[in-house]
Amino acid sequence: MITDPVQVDKVSGQTTTGHEWDGIRELNTPLPRWWLWIFYATIVFAFGYWIFYPSWPLASSFAPGVLGHTNRAAVLADVAFSNQVRKDMTADLQKASLQQIADSPKMLELALAQGRAAFGDNCAPCHGSGGQGQKGYPNLTAGRWLWGGTLDQIQATITHGIRAPNDADTHTSMMPAFGKDGILKADQIRQVANYVRTLDGLAPEQGVDVAAGKKVFADNCVACHGEDGKGNVDMGAANLTTKVWLYGNDINDLVYTITNARNSVMPAWGHRLDPETIKSLAVYVHSLGGGK
Amino acid sequence: MSSSTQSHGGGFFAKHHIVEKNPILLIIGILIMVAIGGLVEIVPLFYLKSTIEPVQGMRPYTPLELAGRNIYLREGCYLCHSQMIRSLRDEVERYGHFSLAAESMYDHPFQWGSKRNGPDVARVGGKYTDAWHVAHLTNPRSVVPQSIMPSYGFLFDTPLDTREIAANVDVNRLVGVPYTDEQTANVMADLNAQVSPDTPEAAALLKRYPKAVVRKFYPGSPQLTEGDAVIAYLQMLGTLVDFSQFDDKASLR
Repeated sequence: MITDPVQVDKVSGQTTTGHEWDGIRELNTPLPRWWLWIFYATIVFAFGYWIFYPSWPLASSFAPGVLGHTNRAAVLADVAFSNQVRKDMTADLQKASLQQIADSPKMLELALAQGRAAFGDNCAPCHGSGGQGQKGYPNLTAGRWLWGGTLDQIQATITHGIRAPNDADTHTSMMPAFGKDGILKADQIRQVANYVRTLDGLAPEQGVDVAAGKKVFADNCVACHGEDGKGNVDMGAANLTTKVWLYGNDINDLVYTITNARNSVMPAWGHRLDPETIKSLAVYVHSLGGGK
Repeated sequence: MSSSTQSHGGGFFAKHHIVEKNPILLIIGILIMVAIGGLVEIVPLFYLKSTIEPVQGMRPYTPLELAGRNIYLREGCYLCHSQMIRSLRDEVERYGHFSLAAESMYDHPFQWGSKRNGPDVARVGGKYTDAWHVAHLTNPRSVVPQSIMPSYGFLFDTPLDTREIAANVDVNRLVGVPYTDEQTANVMADLNAQVSPDTPEAAALLKRYPKAVVRKFYPGSPQLTEGDAVIAYLQMLGTLVDFSQFDDKASLR
């Protein structure tokens, strides 16, 4: 780059900057006026911002600004406002019993809408977006409930969870790990697993003594699962005769379940969600097709 | 702004060509400008008491949580998951109370992030069960069909490398995390105690680290795996501050 004396360009009437490349000279065209004024306006705006909003750090605190604005107050007000709007809309829901909500089309519509939103965020990761469940996570549409499928039972399960370590009122029951804890021998487990399959109308393996399995079942399982294997919702003991199998009805799945026990956990949502949301969730889950 | 006032020699503002033509001068000028920005915007956060709000319940990470956190960093979880619930209504409604500065005061480095290919995990502790985390880390699609997260199943096959955890606790203490002498003296005991519920060691751990979650997070292996550490860390996230004792009104800023 060679520095060139400043000249006036004949065509535009503009001065040049003094930059010159191979005879090409750069014009010193001023910034557009509209741009320049906006630029000055932003500087003026900044002074206003300093006065009205928190900006400058001081020795022991910061200048809070004339308006006293804080992001936290703003979000708390936002949340309080939407809670109030919701509270007004769902005033009936709060007072009504779950059954009354289910019986009133207007309240039901609201509860289902609120329940669906909460379900998508909190329940779908395990139970699936339609409540269809998957291995280890119960299907909520099948009408088979470990801990009961009435509105009140569903509400209690959502609120307190299942074997939730942080909730004193959670559903508790522990199926023994019959193999791991040395209660039954491997061949006994195979026998009883085959017997359990017959309870659900499934064929046992060839050459396994199902009668012996029945004896093992009577000695070890009936206390919770009942003599006919129909389970007990008071202790979350599965009904073994429904064709619905949380951990699979394959012989290997059953042997694993009896050997190690599953005793799966569901979090207690009473610690994360407010009571109205849980009410709506109970109504929503009940409506998925399996409610009693 | 007529062309005549823009020509060379037209007052102070027309002298910019001096710095523009001298790179050293330009660099010095830029450094001064950036330093002013840093001094005004960053330095006060270190001395203003109001930066970190007073809370109940924050404690340094247990050795197992710290080990899990190191794996979280190693695997780059922060590239897709933030740990910063912003003070916006939709975030608060989805994730819970907005994140507090106090909640990351023992983080070196912090994991706030801004990239959310996956959800924020600042309060993921307790939201899912251990079994869900095992299934999800092993194959995310098995529980969340639309997930694009990679599989981290190898964490459950890899024994936790415990050789550097004691040193790691010491370094954290060196940079200001208030580990006590008792805590630094029991790192290895506490590491194993957190997966051994109902033992005297676990009781001692809970005394040193209140609210620690004590259980075998991955029962599928008798060993202490990297998966145990990661789940211990995840199950703690966002659960330490006691919000029943937290005064939102006193912590407005």
